[in-house]
Amino acid sequence: MTFVSNGISIERWTKSSRVALGSMAAVLILLIFAPAVLGAGAIDRMTALFIYVILAAMWNALAGFGGLVSVGQQVFFGLGAYFTIRLADAGLDPFVSIFAAAIVTGALSIPLSLFMLRLKGGEFAIGMWVVAELAHLLVNLDRLIQGETGTSLISLNVYDSGTRRATIYWLALASMAALLGALFMLMRSRAGAAMQAIRDNEEAATSVGVRVIATKRLLFVLAAFGIAIAGGLWLATATTFQPKTYFSVQWTAYMIFMVLVGGIGKFEGAILGAILFFVIETFFGAAGVWYLIGLGATALIFSLYLPRGLWGEIERRFDFQLLPVGYRLKLPGPTKIKWKE
Amino acid sequence: MINTLIQGILLGGYYAVIACGLSFMFSVMRIINLAHGSLAVAAAYGLWLLAAKAGIPPFAGLLIVLPVMAVLGWLLQRFILERSARGGTLLPILTTFGLSIVIDNQLFEQFGADTRSLAPFIGNLSYASWQLPGHIFVGKLAVMMMVTAVFILGGLQFFLRRFALGRAIRATAEDPDTAGLVGIDARRVNAVATAITMVTIGIAGAFLGMRATFSPYAGGPQLLFAFETAVIGGAGSLWGTLAGGIVLGLAQSLGAQLHPQGFLIGGHAVFLLVLFVRLSRLGMPQLDKLGAFLNFRARLRSPT
Repeated sequence: MTFVSNGISIERWTKSSRVALGSMAAVLILLIFAPAVLGAGAIDRMTALFIYVILAAMWNALAGFGGLVSVGQQVFFGLGAYFTIRLADAGLDPFVSIFAAAIVTGALSIPLSLFMLRLKGGEFAIGMWVVAELAHLLVNLDRLIQGETGTSLISLNVYDSGTRRATIYWLALASMAALLGALFMLMRSRAGAAMQAIRDNEEAATSVGVRVIATKRLLFVLAAFGIAIAGGLWLATATTFQPKTYFSVQWTAYMIFMVLVGGIGKFEGAILGAILFFVIETFFGAAGVWYLIGLGATALIFSLYLPRGLWGEIERRFDFQLLPVGYRLKLPGPTKIKWKE
Repeated sequence: MINTLIQGILLGGYYAVIACGLSFMFSVMRIINLAHGSLAVAAAYGLWLLAAKAGIPPFAGLLIVLPVMAVLGWLLQRFILERSARGGTLLPILTTFGLSIVIDNQLFEQFGADTRSLAPFIGNLSYASWQLPGHIFVGKLAVMMMVTAVFILGGLQFFLRRFALGRAIRATAEDPDTAGLVGIDARRVNAVATAITMVTIGIAGAFLGMRATFSPYAGGPQLLFAFETAVIGGAGSLWGTLAGGIVLGLAQSLGAQLHPQGFLIGGHAVFLLVLFVRLSRLGMPQLDKLGAFLNFRARLRSPT
């Protein structure tokens, strides 16, 4: 808490946020021991949840904090899985491959950002979709992948199924924690302030000297890297790689749903959205097409009537922040301003 | 080779028809409608339903489907686009994307995964052709699409210039607030523009169904083709859209000659190439001032 002048202070942490961060750390530590307690099915589901949280947080970083709505984020999901296969085929350990593949994908996103980031609004959104389609088609040309037939991450077979399941679980947990931590630190840093300035008003941010393109690029590359990890982890749980599945626009639809419902531009919103999506999927996923119609309709309704999402509403009603990334100006008590007479 | 070129150019007619609605809407309301392709596919299903269940041939079916599309456009603007446009630039993208998911899956729910076509209901039009010297066959349907594209683009341009409503649309696109000061109701103008857009989408859906097969999830690719056409078309006039369609059609036809997957790769590659050249020549991020959508905007702004 920094005191600015008599009674007025700037807050970066509130009491509730300290408690929240502490309990989140405690939950993460408890989750480490889950494979010793829970059954195989439950562990697989938990792994899926961690992957959803990564996807939601990364899409939210790009759209919510950077103002860049992309409908082509499945390109990084697909490339993450594809490069994992490729590197594992070249003899690298499959688990190491997941992270090496994410680095390759992140590196590829740098030249891509050079011209995609110059597009605005819907042009960027659909432009990314075209990039995803092109990447899908090019991956299909690889002989190893055999077109839409796909291939498997065969080298995972050296691990027995128990070890494999637990390892993937821990990797997903660690990736989620690391990516959320990195994003949180980033948002609270100078770059984070720049990002939120860009989100709120790009022209104004430019005029006070924020390096708009460089800041957006940082988010673009982080999101590419994070989503590629998610793709690699998903591949490890599913073992088979079919390009059509991994480069499907449905992944982006899921990301949009999670973030819109949870609260776009809210750090806690993406996490809440992912948990909700996970619960809805668990109960209604079997409803097939109606489930998808429901997701689309919910996204549509939230964007029209509740654009702040659930977390945004909670925050507004109760003035409540768990993981604050911004600055709050706190005025002393019921403000009495003395006017000079 | 010459045959490939001719087929590619004629394919451009279809792309011009489907792209013209997308850029028209953007030019008037600054909204890129991500449900554009899905709506075209829905129109194709509407025509299929009329033909297969009620025995109404597609060309007669258009007399029913196009007015319905126009009404849907009006409703779409009033209940969805208008509200989402108030929330800034990000919201319409998310809203229309949600809408496209609902439409696609609803179509799947109603019609299943089977691919359909309107070709069986239009006699031999889908494969009839004229023979040119040198064993080149030109499809009658392809020529018809090209003629329609020219007609729609020319008609739209004529409407914008000569009719009071067209001028009101131009004024609103330029500056809705000032247009409001001189008594133009921006809400009404936007609703009319969306209705017009939907009519062109309906025609595109009819052509989609006649020239090929379609399935519930065909909307995404149609949106991409429309978008690519608009971007490649670039600066200039409405005719840029036609040029864009022709370039896309050529790139796809030539790509298909090289590799089985080359059709789509060729189109996407040309799109990215055009984008890259444009942006690098421009230096900085003023895409707003160029490109695709300038198409209509430049026209709308020209004082003729």
